[in-house]
Amino acid sequence: MNLAYALEMKNIEKKFGPVTALSEVNFCIKKGEIHALCGENGAGKSTLMKILSGFYPNGDYEGEVFVNGILQKFHNTTDSERVGISIIYQELALVKELSICENIFLGHEKTKRGFIDWNLSHSLAKDVLKQVNLNMNPSTKISELGIGEQQLVEIAKAIAKNANILILDEPTAALTESEADNLLNILKELKKQGKTCIYISHRLKEIFQIADSVTILRDGKTVSTHLCSELNEEKLVTKMVGRELTNIYPRKELKKGPVAFEVKNWTVKHPETGSKILDDINFSVHEGEILGIAGLMGSGRTELVTSLFGAFGVVTSGSVCLDGKKLNIKREADAIAAGIGLVSEDRKKNGLVLGMDIKQNTTLASLRSISNFGLIDDNKEIFSSRKYVRELGIKTNSIEQYTGNLSGGNQQKVVLSKWLMTNPRVLILDEPTRGIDVGAKYEIYSIINHLLQNGVCIIMISSELPEVLGMSHRVIVMHEGKINGEFHYQDASQEKIMHCATGTQFNTPR
Amino acid sequence: MPPEPNSTHHVKDVIFISFKKNLRQYTMLIALAVIWLVFTYLTGSLFLSPRNLSNLFLQSSTIGILAIGMTLVLVSGHLDLSVGSVAGFVGATAAVLQVNHNWSTGPTIIASLIIGVVIGLWQGYWISYRKIPAFIVTLSSMIAFRGAILGITGGRTLGPMNDNFKLVGQGYVPSLFFKPVTQLDAMGNVVKDSFGEPVSGFQSIFSNTFYMGDHPPFNGVTVLLAVVCIVSYIFFQLKKRNSRIKYGFDVLPGSFEFARIFFFTLLIAAFFSVMAVYMGIPYAVLIVLILGLVFSVLTNSTTFGRHLYAMGGNVEAAKLSGINVKLRVLGVFVLMGLLTAIAGLVLTARLNAATTAAGQNFELDAISAAIIGGTSTMGGVGTVFGSIIGALVMASLDNGMSLLDLDITWQYVVKGGILLLAVWIDISTRKKM
Repeated sequence: MNLAYALEMKNIEKKFGPVTALSEVNFCIKKGEIHALCGENGAGKSTLMKILSGFYPNGDYEGEVFVNGILQKFHNTTDSERVGISIIYQELALVKELSICENIFLGHEKTKRGFIDWNLSHSLAKDVLKQVNLNMNPSTKISELGIGEQQLVEIAKAIAKNANILILDEPTAALTESEADNLLNILKELKKQGKTCIYISHRLKEIFQIADSVTILRDGKTVSTHLCSELNEEKLVTKMVGRELTNIYPRKELKKGPVAFEVKNWTVKHPETGSKILDDINFSVHEGEILGIAGLMGSGRTELVTSLFGAFGVVTSGSVCLDGKKLNIKREADAIAAGIGLVSEDRKKNGLVLGMDIKQNTTLASLRSISNFGLIDDNKEIFSSRKYVRELGIKTNSIEQYTGNLSGGNQQKVVLSKWLMTNPRVLILDEPTRGIDVGAKYEIYSIINHLLQNGVCIIMISSELPEVLGMSHRVIVMHEGKINGEFHYQDASQEKIMHCATGTQFNTPR
Repeated sequence: MPPEPNSTHHVKDVIFISFKKNLRQYTMLIALAVIWLVFTYLTGSLFLSPRNLSNLFLQSSTIGILAIGMTLVLVSGHLDLSVGSVAGFVGATAAVLQVNHNWSTGPTIIASLIIGVVIGLWQGYWISYRKIPAFIVTLSSMIAFRGAILGITGGRTLGPMNDNFKLVGQGYVPSLFFKPVTQLDAMGNVVKDSFGEPVSGFQSIFSNTFYMGDHPPFNGVTVLLAVVCIVSYIFFQLKKRNSRIKYGFDVLPGSFEFARIFFFTLLIAAFFSVMAVYMGIPYAVLIVLILGLVFSVLTNSTTFGRHLYAMGGNVEAAKLSGINVKLRVLGVFVLMGLLTAIAGLVLTARLNAATTAAGQNFELDAISAAIIGGTSTMGGVGTVFGSIIGALVMASLDNGMSLLDLDITWQYVVKGGILLLAVWIDISTRKKM
């Protein structure tokens, strides 16, 4: 017990059934510092934070938690909030249909004689919003905000609760670079005001930008704690994965094949509002090529790929050709039958059925190939899902493990398995490595490269510019529903892409 | 890091996962056993008599059939509040056809089933293609068909039904090896009892031995069915195990597997023995068994069934995997309509009449049965087997409390309480795992 520490977690051990998630974890945070927590997916970061937030109550785990030198026994999340711990999860916990102000004071409403004092609430909300640089009317509904703004509201909410220890779990995963920069600046500002902050991120660059020290977890154990000044990205990665990673982006040189996938004059309207979401999109992908799609949130990237897949919007004009044959895609099943696969943006929301096991998720899009007259052949099913578990290196002790219990990287691999099983000719990857640790990212890149060798066309959307630049052979940049630039990877740079993405500059496709 | 096969750690995992997967079904059976033991104790073993158990199964049949359909509906992420009214309506239609229009049994049944399917199509259309929540569509049907029952029956009780129609709800499978006779003495004269009535009983077709009573000593068809069931159960379990071994997949250690097979064989044998020594298996119970089997296969082993679980678990992911969700939902409500019609027929046949109150609150019983059986109201989770056990739990409570002559007030309170308790146990055991 040391009073200089805002938080100490000692010898934490946590088991799920027969599986040990954490053991001998020691985690100490000095007052007023930004402390990064690093580790691969499945290293135990989220579990550790859930213990800290009281999600796993005292008695569910072994070990001791001290806040400001006092031993704490949290029974629920309210207990941890009371001592000033506030956690902001990867999946935002805001009520979409309520206003910013209502969300900020949710559960801590400012009342006068039992009634909510709206005037006081609004003025207090304005104050905290100012602290997070969000210049908005507190009565705006959350559903009208972008994801970056929602993230800021979450932080404002924590500030309003007088939290002294802020825990941010992958706060920038869904943000664009400029939104992320803004967030990091706000955290620095909060640090100046004496708040302590635990920062979990897979974006190592950010860690070196803002963190004072870093603790590394690996396989449920603490590896070590360092001052950030003692480390660099490479050393950190080595400590996280326990091995050297030679190249973060293992791009394969392009063996240029013929054009395989071609989209012409693709114009799409929103199904409800009728407004034009995509305007005259033209692009093509060669056999064995990775086409990167860059752009800001809301630029129409996801809408483009989901509409090509038959899952979004009203197509008003345009055609899609695969291997010279015009496709008529009315719904998802048509796209799959034509040989298109879509690894969607949000694996928990759109990719996986979390209550089903690995086996059932793997075969979900190709049940027909393992069944006779509608009857699923158990053996074929186990056989094929085992094959993908082995080939993709999914870490699990059984193919009958629920996907909800897997780490992010392994979940993403299950989604990939599902699409690989459909034998796609064109595989669309929407944010394939969001919220995934470096080791798993590398594995996913290797899988992508392996597909290229088999002549598959890859379309990859990513908000992480280094990833787009590092993996793609060609990059197109979207801005407000149009293609605003196209680059060969050797001509592209982060600056050029950002200019096209923000609409300040164009690069007419050659 | 896949664990090495055959290591003790690995075997433990296999047992653990298998146990976890079947945990709900085991808890259900244990819960049912506990309820039965309590009633057996309280009623001085009257509850466990073959006669009462046979009645109990017969009583559970209508809700059992509805609960099978409700499982599909709930698993796919919807709800059906209309089944009580629709079952009542279909039953009333059958009565109108037979009593007022003198239809024979075959056409009556076919017409009723078609009506059920059409109602299912109607509801499914509004839910799937007009995007109205199932809660509202079926609530509207629940109200409307209650009125339709009054309309077609004219507010009166209609009956009686044809004799062969009644069999559906009241009859038992043939006894096969015995024929009803009156007792003859050695001289070939009819033996008379103290009231001067001839003593009736049964005689085996193989010998002249006379058995007194209102039913034969055992029911032949039931015994044959038992043998078929047990043999095919063991056959399929062993076949599955062998093919898993052939492919090199995980299997339970032999002793565990055989203990499991033995346990379920014993259960099947016990069930059929009880039925065989009373009147035999009732047709209505046979219908539940067959439907249970068919729909278990449908949910567990067909692509259609898998699609339902996927839709209920995550409808977005299901759509993006190429599943035609609208068509599947339509299919679910058509099947529910068909099952509701069957339940309505069984109900009318058992009561030998259609009443205006028939089927009232059945939707709540069917939903309760499915939930007690481990089906989630949130979709994606549930088994047909569990729901049938749930229906048995509900019927056991009704039956046991009636035997105890418990006030109807308390019967409702107890049933409500058990529902809450079941879900609480379910949720708390799931968290621990």
